[in-house]
Amino acid sequence: MVAALLHGDKMFNFILRRIAVAIPTLIILLIASFWLMQTAPGGPFTSERPLPAQVLANIEAKYGLDQPIYKQLWDYVVGIVTQFDFGPSYKYKDRSVNDIIAQGFPVTLTYGVISFVLAIIVGGILGMAAAIRQNSWLDYFAVGVTIGAQVLPNFVMAPILILIFTLWLGWLPGGGWNGGQWENIIMPVIALSTSYMASIARLTRSSMLEVLRSNFIRTARAKGLPDRTIIFRHALKPALLPVISYLGPAFVGMVTGSFIIDAIFGTGGIGYFYVNSAFNRDYAVMMGLTILLGSMTILFNMVVDILYAWIDPKIRL
Amino acid sequence: MKDMNASDPLLKVRDLKVWFSIKRDGAMPWTPHDTLKAVDGVDFELMPGETLGIVGESGCGKSTLARAIMRMVPAEAGTVMWLGDDLLSISKRQMNAHRKEMQMIFQDPLASLNPRMTIGQIVAEPLKTHFPNLKDKEVKQRVREVLDRVGILPNMINRYPHEFSGGQCQRIGIARALVVKPKMIICDEPVSALDVSIQAQVINLLMELQEEMGLSLIFIAHDLSVVKHISTRVMVLYLGNVMEISESDQLYRAPGHPYTEALISAVPIPDPKAEASKEVMLLDADLPSPLNPPSGCVFRTRCPHAKDICAQEKPMLTDRGNGQQVACHLR
Repeated sequence: MVAALLHGDKMFNFILRRIAVAIPTLIILLIASFWLMQTAPGGPFTSERPLPAQVLANIEAKYGLDQPIYKQLWDYVVGIVTQFDFGPSYKYKDRSVNDIIAQGFPVTLTYGVISFVLAIIVGGILGMAAAIRQNSWLDYFAVGVTIGAQVLPNFVMAPILILIFTLWLGWLPGGGWNGGQWENIIMPVIALSTSYMASIARLTRSSMLEVLRSNFIRTARAKGLPDRTIIFRHALKPALLPVISYLGPAFVGMVTGSFIIDAIFGTGGIGYFYVNSAFNRDYAVMMGLTILLGSMTILFNMVVDILYAWIDPKIRL
Repeated sequence: MKDMNASDPLLKVRDLKVWFSIKRDGAMPWTPHDTLKAVDGVDFELMPGETLGIVGESGCGKSTLARAIMRMVPAEAGTVMWLGDDLLSISKRQMNAHRKEMQMIFQDPLASLNPRMTIGQIVAEPLKTHFPNLKDKEVKQRVREVLDRVGILPNMINRYPHEFSGGQCQRIGIARALVVKPKMIICDEPVSALDVSIQAQVINLLMELQEEMGLSLIFIAHDLSVVKHISTRVMVLYLGNVMEISESDQLYRAPGHPYTEALISAVPIPDPKAEASKEVMLLDADLPSPLNPPSGCVFRTRCPHAKDICAQEKPMLTDRGNGQQVACHLR
């Protein structure tokens, strides 16, 4: 539908142009993070009890860490480009970065996408209803609940959920992934989506209120259109503009994992690996996940731009 | 009515009141809300084919009055008789049936068009809503006709509002209002955002259309010379009250109410010498707050002729003969 509206050609050009810009962006991201990581003192094999110098030198030689940084970077890039190999993990022996992403990313993606969809549906409906019935009890309720949900951090909410549903009620398992059983998904999804849902609800409400007061909505009323038509045909799309620009980064945030969710619920998503790789100086894992996150950010910003053009004809791709 | 042969009025408004409940700044939740009497007991009639101009300062209730007639804001009291039905008391469904007979056009022409719809869609929408049985082909045909009538070329039909100039946008707005063949169009300051040359275009278009289609117009403006040009009769509003209703010529030649007099003396004359030597009747003080209007005659605080009676008793709108109705104790 989007492509049809934008005339296939223009759309294709736009995507091509964006990819052309994305590649240098990714290269800069790669070089900068590689360099920053390496310049920080310490390394993957420094620990409180230092290894004998000879052993350390051997290990570093094995992973190529004794090479100058530009050589390491070059080998790393060559590995990615020629074999799609993001290197070995220094911390988890015998596992490559690809293995770790292949294991963790589907988990994160599952609860991330569910959280995202839930946040949009609940947040969107709540925000719209609050705006349409402004200053009613429903509106006050929605505003109150969303403020509460926004200020409640998920590292507080997650233990409370476990306390209620696992320890008191005994309905849900307190953690683990278990191949993505729905019992294991519920609490991570609630903990992850609540604050996003609240933000979406508040954004939708305020932009809907603004749109409902605009002149062209007054015109729509003067035409004698039914309220439903006014809201869904005239008000909804413009009201979604600010929401959509929020959704791109929000989606990336949700599907690239949350350390807190993975740590508290033991779900084993990439959020956990990401933070641990930073603590462990697990260079390759960190780099791999950074590139994944960077590419997704670029991709979804592009999706947001395309949606923008679909909603607002004044925007030219 | 004096002349029994004249056709019945299309629209008959009696004692229309629109009050808003306003929360004072910093008020506690339990303090009662203030009442803003935006329109406070307005009576008038609109004949078929007639243009009624409504003039008054900003905030005097012109737009609110128009919207209350269309039921876009709820009225507190009064009746709005339209072809035998009281628009204020009929059901929503009956009201919807009447909506195709009355349309509105607005001040800011570009902002009044949905920026995300093509002008073809904008103009077709009222038609599809009010005549759901029309075939797509008939809708398209009618949209083309009406856009053609207001001077928008058929090849522009798939363009978006921002691709048009202000005057073109207002003509699209007029086409949008005309497409359902209404009996009345309420024009809420339709030209105040336009250049003078474009103003003339739009007003002449409205007058031509009125003649062709036998439309009645309610023309709200604060530019008195524009109102004089287009209106058959003019109604002067002040703080939600009618000060005077009279034939357009009569009003400008011999204003009946001191407020009308002041308004007319402020109209610039397009002749520098005459303009320099003319006497403008300046009003003292500011417009009183509609939250707390003066007792008696609402105009008395700024009226150069105010007497004791003006503070005590609210003057009724009374006929002075030759169709001039004035609400003033002194005249």
